[in-house]
Amino acid sequence: MAQRHDPRLPILAERDLGKTPVIECKKLGIDFGGLTAVDDFNITVGQTEIAGLIGPNGAGKTTIFNLLTKVYLPTRGSMYLNGSDTRDMNTIAANRAGIARTFQNIRLFKELTVLENVLVGLHNKMSYKLPEAVLRLPSYWREERKTREKALDLLSIFDMQDLHGAKAGSLPYGSQRRLEIVRALATDPIILLLDEPAAGMNPSETGELMKNIIKIRDTFHIAVLLIEHDMHLVMNVCEVVGVLNYGRLIAKGSPKEIQDDPLVIEAYLGKKGET
Amino acid sequence: MKALTLKMPVRYAINTVLLALLLLAGSALLSAGVFGRAQTSVIMQIGVYIILAVSLNVATGYLGQLPLGHAGFMAVGAYAGAILWKALPEGSLSAVAGIIFGGITAAVFGLIIGIPALRLKGDYLAIITLGFGEIIRIAIVNLSGITGGAPGLKKIPKYSNFTLVYICVILTCVIIHMFMKSRHGRAILSIRENEIAAESCGVNTTYYKVMAFTASAFFAGIAGTLYAGNQGIIAPSEFGFLKSIDILVMVVLGGMGSMIGSIVSAAVLTALPLFLQSSLKGFNDYRMIIYSLLLILVMIFKPSGLFGTYDFSLSFLIEKLGVKKSAKGEKQDGAKA
Ligand SMILES: Nc1ncnc2c1ncn2[C@@H]1O[C@H](COP(=O)(O)OP(=O)(O)O)[C@@H](O)[C@H]1O
Ligand SMILES: [Mg+2]
Repeated sequence: MAQRHDPRLPILAERDLGKTPVIECKKLGIDFGGLTAVDDFNITVGQTEIAGLIGPNGAGKTTIFNLLTKVYLPTRGSMYLNGSDTRDMNTIAANRAGIARTFQNIRLFKELTVLENVLVGLHNKMSYKLPEAVLRLPSYWREERKTREKALDLLSIFDMQDLHGAKAGSLPYGSQRRLEIVRALATDPIILLLDEPAAGMNPSETGELMKNIIKIRDTFHIAVLLIEHDMHLVMNVCEVVGVLNYGRLIAKGSPKEIQDDPLVIEAYLGKKGET
Repeated sequence: MKALTLKMPVRYAINTVLLALLLLAGSALLSAGVFGRAQTSVIMQIGVYIILAVSLNVATGYLGQLPLGHAGFMAVGAYAGAILWKALPEGSLSAVAGIIFGGITAAVFGLIIGIPALRLKGDYLAIITLGFGEIIRIAIVNLSGITGGAPGLKKIPKYSNFTLVYICVILTCVIIHMFMKSRHGRAILSIRENEIAAESCGVNTTYYKVMAFTASAFFAGIAGTLYAGNQGIIAPSEFGFLKSIDILVMVVLGGMGSMIGSIVSAAVLTALPLFLQSSLKGFNDYRMIIYSLLLILVMIFKPSGLFGTYDFSLSFLIEKLGVKKSAKGEKQDGAKA
């Protein structure tokens, strides 16, 4: 964990686009049978950048997350993670290479405790072998103690450390979403993918979440790519936004530019305004 | 009110002492001749089935797969162990060697089946293990030169005494417990809970599935060897599909994912039919019907099994008692692993 961000500095000071992008997609595309879910998808996300992906339901946003995390393999195009080709990676390798994510329809380990959920995220940070565990050798105790402390530390980002013994499935909806973020962070990523993190949250929870997304980026010095329908969140947190419609990026730019783009207004914001 | 939590080393000490006392008490009762020959054999069988149920629970309850060939691994262990026993000179060292050999042979079979079956997502394991159980039985019948064929393998040294079975039961339970309360165990549970999420956390799911399945086969093999050492004669017909179902019923009734559940229901479901058999003529013919009804009742009223995923340790009893005494006292937080 790196040092804390100085709160006096403006957020944008953290941006460092001079370095290799964390993620770079080139003409990425996937078909499901006859349906082209995503096509000609090109983006770069810089180190410590907070980027947003918006678009109407069914536009292909979650599918892009599934492509980035290798849950789906692309039909076309390529993707680079911190400069290296991800062609031969599977989901596990992608995580180890630095991609962590949350899920639109929460996928927690429901029957496990909050702490255990985070400990699974920290799985690869421990190295003791099976015999060391079964014989309860000092290395087991040492690593378990250290990792447990780290897990509680991570939970404290969302002030959830006191919930550590509760079953994950018993948490209220908002806390489940926050726990998913903590579990993803535990894998020590270089980019965090958040799929509709504010869904189901009330305005005050969303406000808290917005602060925390920025805090996470500033504390861990990682990039964040998020899918969100809450425009207030997107406009205030994201430094760059991509708009997806029918599987294609129709616009890219700063929140301000996106807001004024007639194509976007027609495809997304306009639609929203009507209903 | 917070529960009293004992520090881990204290827990371990308490558990060790309690288990040693149980062993001494059991041995004393047996050597005093309290139990007849048949009853002693039943006690031995209970031990064997506890190991079978607890080991199957690793693959079903913890990993969340549905293997239908546990009796196949038991058979592999029984024959491998018994054949080695017959080849070695008599002695306690040979007894231990046979048990380990039985376990390892079964584990090798588990590995061979597990790697192809568990790499695929979905319920392939059920079908493959089902086939495995049958193939093993047929192979044993046909390899009559080594296995004695359909009539069975005879004159197996009767190594399985109370102490040996007891120690194997305890070791199995303790090893599986330590295994599950570690990063490896959590990885296995995370696969049961949500495989995609586990992968997204960087958990090597195939590796851990195969690990859990192989461990499950290993202990089934040990149970098999102990079974052979208790019976003195084993035949392939004893290790059929219905035996696998018997063991599965124990796990499901006890509560998938609960070790104590597996232990209790294995003990009850082993002892009950054996006692009923002698008093109630023809009970065995209806056993499967009764099991089915029992399962349906459990599924209706308590789908998670009698114990749910609840787990238990001996020191827990003391902690429970301690709650009342130290209701006001500040608790000590041991490193809960
Ligand atoms: N596994 C799949 N098989 C078939 N179609 C899929 C699959 N996953 C997504 N799709 C389709 O891809 C399109 C985009 O879905 P999705 O990425 O979930 O949209 P969004 O997250 O933007 O709401 C939808 O039409 C959906 O039905
Ligand atoms: Mg979606």
